[in-house]
Amino acid sequence: MRRPLCYASAVSAADSGLKPDSPRHAAIVRVTHWLTVLAFLALLVSGGEIIISHPRFYLGEVGNVNTKPLFTLPIPSSRDTVPTGYGYVMPDQNGWSRALHFEAAWVVVLTGLVYVLWGLFRGHFRREMLPGREDRGGTSPRMSFARFFRRAPPGADDAHSYNAVQRTAYLIVIFVLFPLVIWTGLAMSPAFTASFPETVILLGGRQTARTLHLFVTVALVVFLVIHLAMITLAGFWRRTRTMITGRAAAQTAHKEDA
Amino acid sequence: MSSTSRRRFLTGGIAAVAGVAGFATAGRMARRYGLIPPDSGGVWGPGETLTFAAQRILGAHAPAHQFPRSMISKAPFANEVAPLGDVFQRSQAANFKDWKLTVDGTVAHPTTFSLAELKSMPIQSQITEVACEEGWSYIAEWIGTPLHGVLSEVGMLPQTRYIVYRSFQSFLWESIDLADALHPQTILTVGMNDGDLPVPFGGPLRLRVPRQLGYKSLKYVTHITALDSVKHYGNGLGSVDPEYGYAWYAGI
Repeated sequence: MRRPLCYASAVSAADSGLKPDSPRHAAIVRVTHWLTVLAFLALLVSGGEIIISHPRFYLGEVGNVNTKPLFTLPIPSSRDTVPTGYGYVMPDQNGWSRALHFEAAWVVVLTGLVYVLWGLFRGHFRREMLPGREDRGGTSPRMSFARFFRRAPPGADDAHSYNAVQRTAYLIVIFVLFPLVIWTGLAMSPAFTASFPETVILLGGRQTARTLHLFVTVALVVFLVIHLAMITLAGFWRRTRTMITGRAAAQTAHKEDA
Repeated sequence: MSSTSRRRFLTGGIAAVAGVAGFATAGRMARRYGLIPPDSGGVWGPGETLTFAAQRILGAHAPAHQFPRSMISKAPFANEVAPLGDVFQRSQAANFKDWKLTVDGTVAHPTTFSLAELKSMPIQSQITEVACEEGWSYIAEWIGTPLHGVLSEVGMLPQTRYIVYRSFQSFLWESIDLADALHPQTILTVGMNDGDLPVPFGGPLRLRVPRQLGYKSLKYVTHITALDSVKHYGNGLGSVDPEYGYAWYAGI
């Protein structure tokens, strides 16, 4: 059976600057990847719990049940002061949710710092993430999508490198979405904004920051869903094993897909 | 053992010892400079400690953001308050003439103040935001006398590290470290938006701690105690919040 493959490569292993016997993913990439997975799931669950205590979202500096919301999530609330249209109140889970949220946020921030500093110093982003010169136009992404929709078989380098679409997606997650979600989160902290008032002023106010925090989270969840779908299409366990052991298992891959 | 693996072993060992020693030193330094919160134990301890320490290092004396008068919320939200009872209502009917604030603990002259006495002290006004941990917020003008003035009036002793404050609702109590207690915007609030502080917003007396979430701005304050440590006070965790799963430090 032929699996549709999306991880078709536009860059050969030779171009990626890696030695043939070097692991597909460096140890630091694998450790920081899985730490981020754990922390992100914790942030998602605890963030959802926190939202339940006030599922209304606003623009500007202030917002409460006496002001008009920008939108309200159609879910019940854990506070009876919030009008939701539901006849019942959910249990209050904010205590542990907040503690877990901020502890996991520290894991993401510290892990991210280690990963980004390592990646900058070791040329990880330049070599493995930045689309190659020949890939920076629109042709390469179009080719990747075309191969995906034609269910083209994988190239020989597929298991060793990222294509231009993947590279762009990962760079956006690492350098746009994660920094934004951390920034909008910090802009809700009364002590942090006392020290750095510009962080909330630039965003347009505390409630705007909270609403943006939700929107960026939605963008990250969309990435996660696509990421998981692509990995599933390319062979979930094979990809997952590579991200754990670091070895690409290219031989097996070719046999399976042939 | 080859020379390479011996070298690796030695380097690793030295790094591990240096790491442990560095960690221990960092912990001792953090304790000395008051960077460890009372609820630093347990599963959430590392997160709470990192947050509190980071905020104290980034800006222990930073002023809370103040807003223009035009941004004062037209319809602030007071949140729910548990029933205050007959004694409170009688006091309210008498315009809180009998309301008392007792200040004791590690102070030279434990003193009880009436509202009138507090109002005769230097009065400050600030337009700051109350942000609730649930996510909502409002801006109001808060009028009152800075806590640091009251503390120097009673002669706070040098060993003081925490200020505990209790509500008329006796199950509610909080504490703050000196960075927040001596902060010029931490005020014993008696007025709001040019009037007396309304009861739903904490009247007659609320301690505003504008650099922390709303739950640290305790309503109906009756008792302030200066302490050198909160380890043996109440639950030993610095406030009632950890009992409900909430953080002692709410500056996040």
